[in-house]
Amino acid sequence: MMSGHSNDALGPKSWPHNLKTDSGAPYEIPSYKPTNPVMRWLEYRLPLVGLAYSTGVSYPVPRNLNYWWTFGGILSFLLGAQIVTGIILVMHYTPHADHAFNSVEHIMRDVNYGWLLRYLHSNGASMFFVAVYIHMARGMYYGSYKEPREVLWILGVILYLLMMATGFLGYTLPWGQMSFWGATVITNFFSAIPLVGESVVTWLWGGYSVGNPTLQRFFSLHYLLPFVIAGVVVLHIWALHMVGQNNPTGVDPQTDKDTVPFSPHATLKDGFMMACFCIVYAWFVFYVPNYLGHADNYIPANPAVTPTHIVPEWYYLPFYAILRAIPNKLLGVIALFGSIGILAFLPWLDTSRVRSANYRPLFRQFFWIFIAVTVGLGWLGSKPAEGGYVIAARILTFYYFAHFFIILPVLGWVEKTKPLPNSISESILTSKRVTG
Amino acid sequence: MTATSAEPTRRDFLYIATGTVAAVGGAATLVPLIAQMNPDASTIAAGAPVEVDLTPIAEGQVIKVFWRGAPIFISHRTKKEIEEARKVNVSSLPDPQADEKRVKPGKDEWLVLIGICTHLGCIPLAHQGNYDGWFCPCHGSQYDTSGRIRQGPAPKNLPLPPYKFLSDSKIRIGEEDTAKV
Repeated sequence: MMSGHSNDALGPKSWPHNLKTDSGAPYEIPSYKPTNPVMRWLEYRLPLVGLAYSTGVSYPVPRNLNYWWTFGGILSFLLGAQIVTGIILVMHYTPHADHAFNSVEHIMRDVNYGWLLRYLHSNGASMFFVAVYIHMARGMYYGSYKEPREVLWILGVILYLLMMATGFLGYTLPWGQMSFWGATVITNFFSAIPLVGESVVTWLWGGYSVGNPTLQRFFSLHYLLPFVIAGVVVLHIWALHMVGQNNPTGVDPQTDKDTVPFSPHATLKDGFMMACFCIVYAWFVFYVPNYLGHADNYIPANPAVTPTHIVPEWYYLPFYAILRAIPNKLLGVIALFGSIGILAFLPWLDTSRVRSANYRPLFRQFFWIFIAVTVGLGWLGSKPAEGGYVIAARILTFYYFAHFFIILPVLGWVEKTKPLPNSISESILTSKRVTG
Repeated sequence: MTATSAEPTRRDFLYIATGTVAAVGGAATLVPLIAQMNPDASTIAAGAPVEVDLTPIAEGQVIKVFWRGAPIFISHRTKKEIEEARKVNVSSLPDPQADEKRVKPGKDEWLVLIGICTHLGCIPLAHQGNYDGWFCPCHGSQYDTSGRIRQGPAPKNLPLPPYKFLSDSKIRIGEEDTAKV
């Protein structure tokens, strides 16, 4: 079975596996009991349906989950949508420096519904990042990274890094000006490595500059990484089912009264939000399909001319601002990777034992300041690196790191938190503000 | 099964030897998997030296030619540009190098550079910036009339490609001057 501790020596079980009924007896998560003889035959040999049932139907989730908890489902949907549209695009795309740009135009003009599939894929990448940023912010607000969910959170950071790599590789494939120069700038990050930097970059390029060998390997890896992501998603969900979902109170469910079965409750809530999200997605695809891109990428790649104002896609902008804020090349690159890598250490940098920001009045304010600082960095990343923009980026970069290294550890010691409810049911019954 | 002996046995030796061979063999298998990503024979062949005729380049003009997919700047410097490059206090530069070391002896007017910003690889624009040399539009690095970094995030001067003068008006890029000067 995917979930469930088999080894009691590990210590007390986490909540989905230690639920009680009202009478105090252990609560048994309902399992799949096939009556059809064919299904019984199969279940005996490979309990696949049973796994799906206990993972996606009878699995208990806290009854107070709000809509911020629906983005995991939305992300799974988007991963599927990107894989489907991507595999179709590959049927019409040519991964060669001489043909790539024209083959993308061929998709746009000649292939039946090619324009739709390409716009779904390119905007799908942006929607993927919208969803992941909301998903991450939810985890940070409600303290979903805290004990015992550290591994779950770190797998999420790995997924985010894989997404960034995949998005970057995919953006190279149309072989426009932004593709070419984006690839040049990003691969040059590695030239900052002392001693071996230049050799590493030549190895990445397969040449003396970004060229056809680079495009072909980026295409190969862009096709590979989504399946790696899918694999890590399985681990992410597995880890989730070991420790159970967090919830807006941050207090673990104690009895089955605090929970509802995943289906139909979570499935339908996820489905409703997914439909709302798809309206936004479709608005971009059908009304402003190029709003999130750059006009320069409709100019074929030209190794002789760098675009005057080179900016990455919007979802990388905060990190780009951090890179540019630091006047030293190596330190700039270290700060850029550090600003993402620091997330993996969040479970230990936040010293507060209270999970949810709803019971942490000070943290709650600093959380929103952090969000504002990150958005501010993103805005600065889109501006030219000069004058006041650079100074502002330096101040915000300092704050970004201070949030993790100073504010979070200190808050855990000095903050006076609000009293936690005894149970989820109690928090719902005593809530003056009926929201759900 | 006999009682485990403290002495290493012949079987222990075989286990360790087998494991070592497997580990070395596994590591050796990685060599072609990694090496295939380095520049291939056709890429290296296409990176052969190129010859450039300097006659059409007017004084004060900078031209761009390509070698190994990288832009090479050839600057026919004016007297003023050379003077500017030489009057600087070399030790005050971020990447100290005298202008004399960046040109061939007796060819002060010809500056040949790899036109790739040493920050993150963009192509700087000629005759721009505060030092009358090159300005990188990506992240604002500024180079002087000797192609040396003066301001901005780039850590190093614009690099010099290997090249040699075949005659007074012809250079070959991609081949170092082997003759002792």
